[in-house]
Amino acid sequence: MRLQQRKTNSKSRRFLVNRMPDLTQLTISEALTGLRSRDFSSQELTAAYIQRIEELDPKIHAFITLTPELAFEKAGIADQMLAAEDRELPPLLGLPIAVKDVLCLANVRCTCGSKILENFIPPYTASSVSRLLDAGVVPLGKTNTDEFAMGSSTENSAYGPTRNPWNFEHVPGGSSGGSAAAVAGGMAPAALGTDTGGSVRQPCAFCGTTGIKPTYGRVSRYGLIAYGSSLDTAGVIARNAADTALLFQHMAGFDPLDATSVNTPVPTYQLPDSPDLHGLRIGVPDEYFLQGIQPEVESFVKAAVTQLESQGAVPVPISLPYTEYALPVYYIIAPAEASANLARYDGVRFGPRLGTEEGLQEMFKQTRGQLFGSEVKRRIMLGTYALSAGYYEAFYGKAQKVRTLIKEDFIRAFEDVDVIAAPVAPTTAFKFGQHSDDPLAMYLEDIFTLPANLAGIPGLAFPVGYDKNGLPIGMQLMAPPFKEDLLFRVGHAYQLATEWHNKKPSLPTMDNQLK
Amino acid sequence: MKTGYTADIGLEVHAELQTKSKMFCACPIVDLTQAEPNTAVCPVCAGMPGSLPVVNQQAVMAGLRVALSLECEVMGTSQFARKNYFYPDLPKGYQISQYEYPLAITGHLPVRTDEGWINVRIRRVHLEEDTAKLTHIQAPNGESHSLVDLNRAGIPLLEIVSEPDMHTINQVRAYTRSLRTLLQYLGVNSGDLEKGVIRFEANVSLRPVGCPDLGTRVEIKNLNSFRIMTGAIAYELERQSILLDAGGVVQQETLGWDEANQVTLSQRSKEEAHDYRYFPEPDLPPLVITPGMMSEARENLPERPDRRFRRYVTDFGLDAYQADLLTDEKAVADFFELTLTSMAQPDPTLGANWILGELFGWMNLSGQSIEEIPVSPRSLAGLLDHLQGNVINAATAKIVFNEMLQTGKEASEIIRDEHLQQVTDQDDLEKLVKRVLTDHPEQVSAFQNGKTGLYHWFFGRVMQESGGRADPIVIRKILDENLKV
Repeated sequence: MRLQQRKTNSKSRRFLVNRMPDLTQLTISEALTGLRSRDFSSQELTAAYIQRIEELDPKIHAFITLTPELAFEKAGIADQMLAAEDRELPPLLGLPIAVKDVLCLANVRCTCGSKILENFIPPYTASSVSRLLDAGVVPLGKTNTDEFAMGSSTENSAYGPTRNPWNFEHVPGGSSGGSAAAVAGGMAPAALGTDTGGSVRQPCAFCGTTGIKPTYGRVSRYGLIAYGSSLDTAGVIARNAADTALLFQHMAGFDPLDATSVNTPVPTYQLPDSPDLHGLRIGVPDEYFLQGIQPEVESFVKAAVTQLESQGAVPVPISLPYTEYALPVYYIIAPAEASANLARYDGVRFGPRLGTEEGLQEMFKQTRGQLFGSEVKRRIMLGTYALSAGYYEAFYGKAQKVRTLIKEDFIRAFEDVDVIAAPVAPTTAFKFGQHSDDPLAMYLEDIFTLPANLAGIPGLAFPVGYDKNGLPIGMQLMAPPFKEDLLFRVGHAYQLATEWHNKKPSLPTMDNQLK
Repeated sequence: MKTGYTADIGLEVHAELQTKSKMFCACPIVDLTQAEPNTAVCPVCAGMPGSLPVVNQQAVMAGLRVALSLECEVMGTSQFARKNYFYPDLPKGYQISQYEYPLAITGHLPVRTDEGWINVRIRRVHLEEDTAKLTHIQAPNGESHSLVDLNRAGIPLLEIVSEPDMHTINQVRAYTRSLRTLLQYLGVNSGDLEKGVIRFEANVSLRPVGCPDLGTRVEIKNLNSFRIMTGAIAYELERQSILLDAGGVVQQETLGWDEANQVTLSQRSKEEAHDYRYFPEPDLPPLVITPGMMSEARENLPERPDRRFRRYVTDFGLDAYQADLLTDEKAVADFFELTLTSMAQPDPTLGANWILGELFGWMNLSGQSIEEIPVSPRSLAGLLDHLQGNVINAATAKIVFNEMLQTGKEASEIIRDEHLQQVTDQDDLEKLVKRVLTDHPEQVSAFQNGKTGLYHWFFGRVMQESGGRADPIVIRKILDENLKV
C-alpha cells in the first residue's frame, strides 16, 4: 500500500535517475563518495533502489515491509546535511540499507516472519540499527525471514518464501534469505541479518554475497527479537568484504542495554591495498570436508584456499574433533532458549487472540497453536522437552558441556592458525520444497555454520565460485573472538585478487529488458 | 491442634526491595496502591520482543546486606535463571529468578519469642523479579475480566527461605516480625504490609511427638499478609492433625488460601504440577560478587535488632518490654542511643522512660514520626541534663519538653526565658512555706487534729506559689519541720 502511494513520485524521479549510471550498481564506498561530492543526492540514490525494488521484488519477495516514506524522509534530511558543507557529517550519511525483519525499527511493524507478530509495531529501535541510523543510513524496508529466524530457506516465513536471484526455483537460504536476496538482486547495497546457527553466512553462500557473523557480544542484541539468546548475533550482508566492514564498523560496540555485549573497543577496520597475505596461517579442518558434501563445493573451497596460498598464506591441516556434535548440541540449546523466548506470544499482548470464549488455557493453546508455523512449534516442543524435569541433565545439561568442548576445539586450533577456512554449507542453494518433508535434511544444511555460533566466534562468508547450474558457492573464514578485523582483511585481500564477488545474476529488470 | 504432634513450619518470605528502579530496567518503583495502572512500564518490564534485562546493582547490594545480616554464606558467583510458566501476570512467559545458584545460602536469625529465644536457620536468599498484578473484575454486563497492571512487574524481590525450624504459630509470628524489623533496619523494605511489600509462602507438616523424621508437607502459596499467613497455617495444622488422628495420610500438594471461606484449597494435583523448566538466563552473565561489593555492603551494615535488644537488656539494664519497644524501629533505637551519648551522665532508664513515655505520647498525639519531631536526641539530652542536675524538677521538665516539641527550642532557652529554674534556696523556700501555713490556719489545725492527708495539700500550695519551680525534696523537708510530723 505504501508502495502504491509512492508510485507517481518515483516515476518522476525515474526520469532523473535514468540520466545517470545505474546507482544501484555502485559499491558502498563509491556511493558514499558520490553523495559527498554531490554527484547525486541521497534521495536519487534511494529512488533508484526503490525503483529496482518495485521492479524486482514482486518476483523475488525479499521484503516483508517497505518503508519508502521513512526512506525519503531520512534521505531528505541527509541531503540537507550534505548541502551544508562545512559540517562534520555522519560517516554513512544518505546510504540506503535493508533491515531483516527481526531487528526492531521504531514505529515500523516487525513481524519476524510470523503471523503472531503481524501487527506488532515496536516503539523502539534495535541498538544495532540505531547506531547505523546515527551514522546516517536510510532504511528501505524490512526483509523476509524464516519465522523467528528458524530455518535455512525462508520457506518458513508466514509471508511466503523469498526467491534466489540466481535462480527463482531455488531458495535464497535462510533465515536472512530476504536480506541476502535483496543485496544479490541489487535492491539494497547492504542489508542487516542475524545469525544464530548460520543465518547470515548460509544465505550469503546461496546468494553470492559477503556477510559477517560477528563475535557473540560484539554487536548489541537489544531490539533483536530473540530466537536462541546465547547464540543470536546481528551482522551485515553486502556485496564485498570492504562494504561489509564499512557498515559493520558503525554497528559494532558495547551497549549498556545488553548485559552480554562486551566492552572491548572496536578497532578502525583497515583494509589492505594489496592482496598480499604473507605469514597468514589458514587452518583447514578435515571435519568440514568429509561429510559427503557436493563435490563442487569441496573443490571450489579448496581452490579458494589454494588461491589464498598463492597470495602468501600458509594452509595448515587442522582437526576440530567435536564438529560432529555441533548439530545435536545446537538443536538442544537453541530450541530450549527459543521455548522460553517465544513464551511471551500467548495472545495476552501479541497477535490476534483466539479461543478466548473457552478460558485462559484455550486462549493460550489456540493462539499459539494456530498462529505459529510448524517449524516454530517443532522447536518449541524440542526445547520444552529438553528442559523438562527428569530430562534436563541428559539433554540441556549435557549439551552445555559439549558446547564447552566445541569451544575448546577452536581455542586449541587458534593456537596454531590465524583463521580457519571451511565451506559455509554442504550444498549450493537447493530447490523449493526439496527439504520440506525432512526437517533433519534441512538441519544438515547448517552443519558447518553451527560450530561458530556455539563457540561465539566470528565468521565471514563470501563467494568463491559457482556450480554447474550457475549457483554461488560460499566459503567461510572463522577467527578468534573479536578478530573481525582479520576476517575483513583476508576477505578483502582475496577479493582484490578474484572476481567471484563481482558476478551478478541476470535479472528481469526494465534495463535488462530494454537491452 | 491436638497435643500429640510436633509441627514443623518453614517460610518463604518475598520482600520487595526499596530500590530507585526495577530489577532489570530503569522504570521507577511506584506505590502500587496510589499510581495509575501501567504508568511505570517500559519495553523491558513489559516483556516486549527484543528487550533485554540489565541487573540493578542497587538491588544486588540490598540483597547482599540482608544476606550478610542473616550471616549467610554469600556465593562469589550466582546466576539468574528463567522460571517458565504461562500466566497473564508474567509478561515474558517466564520469571527471572535465581535457582541453582542463589545469591547466598545457610544463614540464621535468632528470634525472641514469649517462650525464649529460638534460632531459625535460613536455607537461601535469592533475587528475583515480581510479576504483574492481576485484578479480576465483573463488568456491569456480567462479563468477567482480568486486568493486568505491569507497574509491579519487574520490581526487585528478595526471597528468604527458612528451614522448617518453627513449631508454633507464635514462633512464626515472632520470626516474621523479626525479619520484617531486620529488613526495615537495613532500609531495604518499608515493612508496610498493607501495600503488599512482604508476601509469604509456608510449608507445614506434622509428626508425632518424639518422631525424628519430618512428616509430609504441604505448601501454601500466595499468603499476602501476616493475618492471612497465620490464619492459613493455623487452619492447616488443625486440618492435618484431624486427618492424622483419623488414620489419614497428608498429601504432598500445593494449597491456596480461600479467604472467603477461611480454608486451604488444593491448587493443583500432581498431574497438573508445574514443571518450571528452570535454565540459566542466557541474557544475563553470571552475577559476580566482588570483594569490593562485599566490603561496601559490610560497611553500612547496622547492628542487628536482636543484638541491640540483648545489649539494652544486659548492658543498659532495661526490661524486655522497654528494650523491645525501643529496638522495634531503628530510628527510635538510634534516637535513644544518641540521646544517651549526648547526656552528661548517661542514664539508660531515664532516657528510655522519657522516649517511651513523653516522646511516644507526643508522637501518638501529633502523628509525627521520630524523624519528623523537631527535637533532636542532643536536645532531649540537654533537657535530661537539666533534670539530672536539679536545675528543673520532673514536672517542669515535662512542661519544658512539651514546649520543645511545639517550638523546636532548646531546653536551656525555655528554662532561661521562662525562669523555670528550680528554687532550691533553703531560706527562700522556708519563707514560702511559712507564708502558706500562716495564710491557712484552719488547715494547719485540721492537720494537727489528725487530718494528715492535708500534707499533700500544703505541698501543692507551696509548689503552686513557687510557680512549680520549688525543689520538692527541700519543700518536704521544710514542711516536715514546720508541721512537726
